[in-house]
Amino acid sequence: MNENIVGYGLITGVMVLATVITRFLPFLLFPAGKETPKYILYLGQTLPYATIGLLVVYCLRGLQFLSYPHGLPELISIGAITGLHLWKGNSLLSIGAGTILYMVLIQSVFP
Amino acid sequence: MSKKKKLAALCYAFPRTMPVMAGYLVLGAAYGILMNVNGFGIWWALLISVFVYAGSLQYLGITFFVAAVNPWYAFFMSLMLNARHLFYGLSMLDKYKDAGRLKPYLVFSLTDETFSVLCNEEPPEGIPKYWVYFFVSVLDQLYWVTGAVIGALAGTMITFSTAGMDFALTALFVVIFIDQWKSGKGHQAAFVGVCASALCVVVFGQSVFIVPAMILILVIITAGYFMEKRKEEQP
Repeated sequence: MNENIVGYGLITGVMVLATVITRFLPFLLFPAGKETPKYILYLGQTLPYATIGLLVVYCLRGLQFLSYPHGLPELISIGAITGLHLWKGNSLLSIGAGTILYMVLIQSVFP
Repeated sequence: MSKKKKLAALCYAFPRTMPVMAGYLVLGAAYGILMNVNGFGIWWALLISVFVYAGSLQYLGITFFVAAVNPWYAFFMSLMLNARHLFYGLSMLDKYKDAGRLKPYLVFSLTDETFSVLCNEEPPEGIPKYWVYFFVSVLDQLYWVTGAVIGALAGTMITFSTAGMDFALTALFVVIFIDQWKSGKGHQAAFVGVCASALCVVVFGQSVFIVPAMILILVIITAGYFMEKRKEEQP
């Protein structure tokens, strides 16, 4: 693989560049010194809520409801996390217990 | 900034990063293992985890390496997959406004998980908030890089089954979703985020749904903005 080190380096370089562009672009377009348009501020206030929803769906995008195990390990775990979190409101507890439950479910209950 | 205050920020930041630690050590290790299996040693895994530092792109990047793809193709695929970072940036414009010399790193390290931990985070009075943001960001990247190195070095030696441990990240997002919902704000936006994304998974398929979902979310939220504006103008 050493003869292709330039090729791999180039691919790594464009991955760095693409990531830096997408992360810095909003801050370059709307610098802190200048007044940010109202519409952009509105986006900044609403997008966090929509984006977390997008991320939850992103994590579950591969679920196959029509074939075994019908997304049950995920749905049961998320149900448990929701119940536990509404009850106790302790993030670490909800995440820890939910993850362990999911591991048990996929390793032992729905192998 | 005194050392004492920085330490207070670190102590405040650390517990908030623990779910990310669980997720990143596992996902990072999985990345290191995959790189190793495909014949790319620890230095590549380390280099990419430090400088690219974008989980899903790094996984996709393994396929770029294996197929030795054209850099332009790699570039545009990376932009597409990373497009969601634009939303994080827009959401953090105000929050990171006065971060000063910490700002470049805060922006560079704004991953899905760091964003999700910080977007609701308001440290109490007396704890320097930008240092909290900074420590959360640094710790998260530290977990990721450590995971990748462990995976590259010791991947074959793990004896217990870690299958499903990466669900910690899903759990993290679900918990943040619930916290946001309980805050009583942004219900409509949260609803739009879930429904538009789910619709786009069904319509466009799971591998390319992100960009259409982002566009749909933007369109709906923009429509909401203009409706609110019109209401304000015509009471």
